[in-house]
Amino acid sequence: MYEYDVIVVGAGGAGLRAAIAAQEAGADVAMVTKLHPVRSHTGAAEGGINAALREGDDWELHAYDTMKGADYLADAPAAEALTQESPEEVIQLEHWGMAFSRDDDGRVSQRPFGGLSFPRTTYAGAETGHHLLHTLYEQVVKRGIDVFDEWYVLNLAVSDEERPEDRTCHGVVAYETATGNVEAFTARDGVILATGGLGQVYDHTTNAVANTGDGVAMAYRAGVPAEDMEMIQFHPTTLPSTGVLISEGVRGEGGILYNDEGERFMFEHGYAKNDGELASRDVVSRAELTEVNEGRGIEDEYVHLDMRHLGEERILDRLENILHLAEDFEGVDGLEEPMPVKPGQHYAMGGIETDEFGRTCVDGLYAVGECACASVHGSNRLGGNALPELIVFGKRAGRHAGGEDLGDPRIPVGRTGEVEPGDVETPVELGEPWGAAAVADGGAAAEAAEAVVERTLERERERIDRLLERDEGTQHADIRAAVQRTMTENVNVFREESALKEALVDIHAARQRYRDVYVADPSSTYNTDLIQTIETRNLLDIAEMITVGALAREEFRGAHWRKQYQERRDDEWLKHTMVSWSDGSPELWYKPVVLEGEAGAYEPKERSY
Amino acid sequence: MSTQRPETETETESAETDAEAAEGTPKERRLDEKRRRAEERERKRVEEAERVAADAERYHLKVFRYDPEVAGKQEPRFDDFHVPYETGMTVLDALIYARDEFDASLTFRHSCRQAICGSDALFINGRQRLGCQTQLSDLDQPVRIEPLPHQEVVKDLVVDMEHFYDQMESVEPYFQTTDRPDGELEEQRQSRENREKIKTSTRCIWCGACMSSCNIAAGDNEYLGPAAINKAYRFAMDEREGEEMKQRRLEIVEEEHGVWRCQTQFSCTEVCPKDIPLTEHIQELKREAVKSNLKFW
Ligand SMILES: Cc1cc2nc3c(=O)[nH]c(=O)nc-3n(C[C@H](O)[C@H](O)[C@H](O)COP(=O)(O)OP(=O)(O)OC[C@H]3O[C@@H](n4cnc5c(N)ncnc54)[C@H](O)[C@@H]3O)c2cc1C
Ligand code: SF4
Ligand code: FES
Repeated sequence: MYEYDVIVVGAGGAGLRAAIAAQEAGADVAMVTKLHPVRSHTGAAEGGINAALREGDDWELHAYDTMKGADYLADAPAAEALTQESPEEVIQLEHWGMAFSRDDDGRVSQRPFGGLSFPRTTYAGAETGHHLLHTLYEQVVKRGIDVFDEWYVLNLAVSDEERPEDRTCHGVVAYETATGNVEAFTARDGVILATGGLGQVYDHTTNAVANTGDGVAMAYRAGVPAEDMEMIQFHPTTLPSTGVLISEGVRGEGGILYNDEGERFMFEHGYAKNDGELASRDVVSRAELTEVNEGRGIEDEYVHLDMRHLGEERILDRLENILHLAEDFEGVDGLEEPMPVKPGQHYAMGGIETDEFGRTCVDGLYAVGECACASVHGSNRLGGNALPELIVFGKRAGRHAGGEDLGDPRIPVGRTGEVEPGDVETPVELGEPWGAAAVADGGAAAEAAEAVVERTLERERERIDRLLERDEGTQHADIRAAVQRTMTENVNVFREESALKEALVDIHAARQRYRDVYVADPSSTYNTDLIQTIETRNLLDIAEMITVGALAREEFRGAHWRKQYQERRDDEWLKHTMVSWSDGSPELWYKPVVLEGEAGAYEPKERSY
Repeated sequence: MSTQRPETETETESAETDAEAAEGTPKERRLDEKRRRAEERERKRVEEAERVAADAERYHLKVFRYDPEVAGKQEPRFDDFHVPYETGMTVLDALIYARDEFDASLTFRHSCRQAICGSDALFINGRQRLGCQTQLSDLDQPVRIEPLPHQEVVKDLVVDMEHFYDQMESVEPYFQTTDRPDGELEEQRQSRENREKIKTSTRCIWCGACMSSCNIAAGDNEYLGPAAINKAYRFAMDEREGEEMKQRRLEIVEEEHGVWRCQTQFSCTEVCPKDIPLTEHIQELKREAVKSNLKFW
């Protein structure tokens, strides 16, 4: 058994920043991560990081853009925290040596990005995430923070009270990939989940293979609600064959989208008469697919993104990495030809419900980064707003867990009095529930932290043994492929009721098959078959939450387009979709959006670009 | 209320007769064209499937296998996999196919699929490469896939990276300066030229390919190796750290198992998937070290 004050799960940008902050607050910290830190997906971020650094810009403008971009489904205290603190955090990165691109005067450069009223996207070439990840990891090395890399966290050790709001998280149980050992990590003061995205529920995604939503699924099963899960961002410019991302920076620098007829469709077909290519991502994604659906797509699949006119010098200076990606993964020379692009799953705007300090309703459990939903992105995240989220909320959660008093939160979490009654009908019959066996806690209520951790350890060891001992059944790869297929077909950019229902049926069939899942590889050395089997279990819960939420939300808001409902309906839907684990099935309820901020109330307005 | 309302009725009824279609609106004509192309593609797909079934277009992989835990795999061996080929398929795609379709125990690291996480450096047809960045069509068959040489094999294609990480961390791989700007929101200025100078060195993804290709590192376990020296270069050449720190960094790379071990064989530079001019960086540090010695002695 390992004992620390604070355990950080995941070592991408959010986890690394949280660990540094917790240690600076005086805590003894360990990071537990299934990949070595520099392999985290933050390294793939390209375009940049938003911060109001320059004259003429300020946090209030940034907050306004963020709330508007979100289509008013974001919580103002979170959006304001993001925009107030990102300047100092970005400069902090610079002070830690991050290799930002520079202006002639030696200051860091900024560029325009979609949905921003000021060019406030700070960047390092088209590989901002790589530099951010490595810079943060360097600081972790410098501080000598313990890192358990290639340790897969299986579950949270949470006490078993009736109401999630009364529960406490005392640690985690993890599996050492190299040896097959299952061990417990006790956290005296807090566990911070920073497990990143969940793009692997789709088969066309910009996300890494490791992005399987483990943190969201674990927290959900421990009783923490997931928030706005239906809000999935599709990025308009991914390479058709692989899903590799072509940064928004290309459009930021002046890249142009063309259809098969050579029309600059964003303007010519009136999708965004003012901002054209730089309208927000949901708008551009729908525009592209509409072009394809109306027969103006290239090869009936994609459109062209052209940056040739920017000139070789500018491209090499600011977008060099894009040339490599287009060449390596699509065989296209971006200096000579336009690049083929189409929308792909990119980002989960929803996630584990937290307040503006990263705290969940379970005492001692925090979540930050893409797995969390402090609610800054609402129904549409602005490009360049995820990286500042990692460091701002990473720092906040780390400090809080490390013992600093950050004051009272303004965003309520858990089922508090202010919340709407939870009697929403789940829209379809959900089939046989998982039952208590799959819950994180279960068993007798335990007072002592050690007992909770011990019990979780025992249960996880049994789970691993069970999976390894069974020697026939279904393999995870089949189940995973079935889920990815139905999500891509039915729960994509355009959403229809019948398709959403079909997806739920498929997810349930997959869930049923998972009961027979078995691990073919008997080894206890580096058993990736086993890990993927457990990840697939998490993907099932994630897929179900997304789809149930999407089916219930009968309006059109941000990335959530519904065929039957072509309007944003603020009177009824200005509220967050919450999904709670209810004995194995998702239970839906809603809580109001917090639009009141320091800068006043953010009045929902018509969104046009 | 939202203003974006894409057309919802995209699949209009198909035109009844050819005559009608010919006179139809441009949209109808386009849709007809689309249907025609769809049929053509479908025909091609069926043809393709038939061809694959006939096994003509399967790629032959020979993959290294070893597992200390499993009796049948304790003796290292090569397994053959025949993977159906699709245009654009990479070595990583082929390995994933082989694992998901034929043998779930086939073990290798991978994550990003876009040459940024550095986890799938492998020895492919006798050269260190990233699986995700290597097109199958660029390789002769059978494609031999082995773990990185000179590293201890944990299982199948997975090697122990601890030593590599230790070397990386031994060069104090973090920014250090005593000279901070005054204002809290003031950045440390860096000239564009200086950023340009260190740019390629900052691209390292810790894949370990260079270390594995280096004869010197193979013979001398304590040699810092190209990646760690490149990391030192990244900081030593960053003007923001200042002269004093630069001297200290030069001392680190100049120690017994540092830059002077390099015999400029260029193998690291050849294999680096991020095109970092490693040998050049090592040479430059050698020159800097000599220069600074002249200054002090
Ligand atoms: C291609 C791409 C480009 C992007 N570009 C931009 C951009 O330009 N600007 C911007 O603002 N945003 C961008 N984003 C979004 C942003 O990069 C991500 O949201 C962000 O990096 C996520 O960081 P994270 O720290 O939350 O998670 P990650 O970096 O994904 O880290 C997750 C960590 O959790 C660990 N982990 C996961 N599950 C477990 C488990 N069960 N046990 C132990 N450890 C676990 C992993 O090992 C990893 O260390 C981009 C995203 C993608 C995919
Ligand atoms: S220098 Fe190149 S080859 Fe060596 S670890 Fe870094 S990226 Fe890999
Ligand atoms: S899978 Fe990340 S570098 Fe190849």
